[in-house]
Amino acid sequence: MTDLKEHQDAAEQQASPELEKKVQRRESWRGFLHAAPAYVYLTIFFTLPLVIVFVFSFASRSRTGKPILEDWNLDSWAKLVDPLVRTIAIRSFWMAFFNTVLTLLIAYPFAYWIATRRRQSTRTILLIGVLIPFWSNFLVRTYAWRMLLDSDGFITQIGEMTGLWGRLLFTAPAVFIGLVYGYLPFMVLPLYAALERMDWSLVEAGRDLFASGPKAFRKITLPLSKPGIIAGSILVFIPSLGAYVTPDILGGGKTNLLGNYIVTQFGSAANWPFGSALSGAILIVMLIATILYFRTGGKTI
Amino acid sequence: MTLHQGAAAPRWVDRLFTLHGLLVFAFLYLPILVVIVFSFSESPNVGIWGGFSLRWYDRMLGNEQLLKTVQNSVIVALISTFVATILGTAAALAIDRYKRWVSRGAFDALLYLPIIIPDVTMAVMLLLWFTQTGIVPLGRTSITVAHIAFNISFVAIVVRARLAHMDPAMEDAAADLYASRWQTFRRVTFPLILPGVLGGALLALTLSLDDVVITSFVQGPGATTLPVHVFGLIRKSITPEINAVSTLMIAVSMVLVLGSLAFQRRSGKSD
Repeated sequence: MTDLKEHQDAAEQQASPELEKKVQRRESWRGFLHAAPAYVYLTIFFTLPLVIVFVFSFASRSRTGKPILEDWNLDSWAKLVDPLVRTIAIRSFWMAFFNTVLTLLIAYPFAYWIATRRRQSTRTILLIGVLIPFWSNFLVRTYAWRMLLDSDGFITQIGEMTGLWGRLLFTAPAVFIGLVYGYLPFMVLPLYAALERMDWSLVEAGRDLFASGPKAFRKITLPLSKPGIIAGSILVFIPSLGAYVTPDILGGGKTNLLGNYIVTQFGSAANWPFGSALSGAILIVMLIATILYFRTGGKTI
Repeated sequence: MTLHQGAAAPRWVDRLFTLHGLLVFAFLYLPILVVIVFSFSESPNVGIWGGFSLRWYDRMLGNEQLLKTVQNSVIVALISTFVATILGTAAALAIDRYKRWVSRGAFDALLYLPIIIPDVTMAVMLLLWFTQTGIVPLGRTSITVAHIAFNISFVAIVVRARLAHMDPAMEDAAADLYASRWQTFRRVTFPLILPGVLGGALLALTLSLDDVVITSFVQGPGATTLPVHVFGLIRKSITPEINAVSTLMIAVSMVLVLGSLAFQRRSGKSD
């Protein structure tokens, strides 16, 4: 009822700037009210915990590793430049980077293949085909590879038959297979989105002007699909950098990576302040990467 | 954009692409098929076929501890999905329908953070917060609270995508016809964004049933979820019983996804 009245009032005094201001203030109040439940929830269970991580990274530790909120110091942050930590960080970075490149090399021709199918229904079915395994549990999918790569697993048997490889489980290739498998759809979807809305007549024009197939691809298709490449790479790189489950199950958790190194700080190493500093540092790196992405005109996820 | 004849690759190149595409599909489906097939194997050795048998399913159904974690998973997933869907949808409306309000920009950024933050970092944050403040008891409650925290953002992003495709003229038309705000929402906005809301809810449900890292940090003694329990089992030793549990988890996610696809097709037709 009040709304109805509001409308009538508005109709009567259309031009009044004062009323316009009032309506605007009410609108902004309504917007805030819609956001309020999520806002409050995320403040209590996300923002404050985030602040706490940074606070505790300056705390000192008790004998059991739990933080003591006195004797504030920079020890945990100073420890980040330790050679050991640097080695782990660099190793994780290269693993994430290599995984991103590998995923891109597999996903690009695949997305191109789907996007160039003539019928819309074929494209949709192929795309759903990519998504279905992705929806099943990540842990289960990783576990499946553990079976395939173990001594009597299917992949190991093929390798032994052809004499090309042996048991891959608990080696670096096993971790990469698991990571590529886990994150492939993150790369395929943005690439497909970019290729699907591409104007193919540009490629046709290029070919008419005597560009070779590869040249037309390099000069036209590739630049036009760049937003998809960037979006997909970020979507794969970020979770790879903090990956924990895959290196643990398929790599045997033997090599220290950022993910399991942080977990160790809260477990056997019992150094919560240092674990907090590590988590905080990773978060800052991710934020910078994301902001750079949005700055370079991304937004096409 | 459809492919023009002149832009098409030569036939042999296209054949290569097709071959690559089929290999990728084999790569995607082989592991899942192997798990399903071997869950019906009699042999206690995980990778060796020993004839058809349902013994691992039988053993799974007799495993009290496992069933308890299934119960925990379902309860956590349903509650966290329900709460996150309501909060996330309201948040999406706040960002998309109201362009000017105090701290809208900050809220927008805050909504993105749980998506880009690494699992391990979020796990550490919540562990510290829960143990230091004692704000919620560790166990099913803390797990649910944590799942809501990351699910709100995912629901909001899916609903926002739907809202972006919606014509605001529909709502204006309803308002012109003297529909109250609530009537406009219930009769116009909500039916139109419903596929987005359900899509967001399905994503939330899947993410909740999927999570290992955050849950393993914030769980309390005696209360854990199925994936965390299975993760512990896998780290110790692999048994065919895990195949049976995995097959069950795959089946549940297939039913959820195919159900939602069917629903979307139906609602897509009535558009």
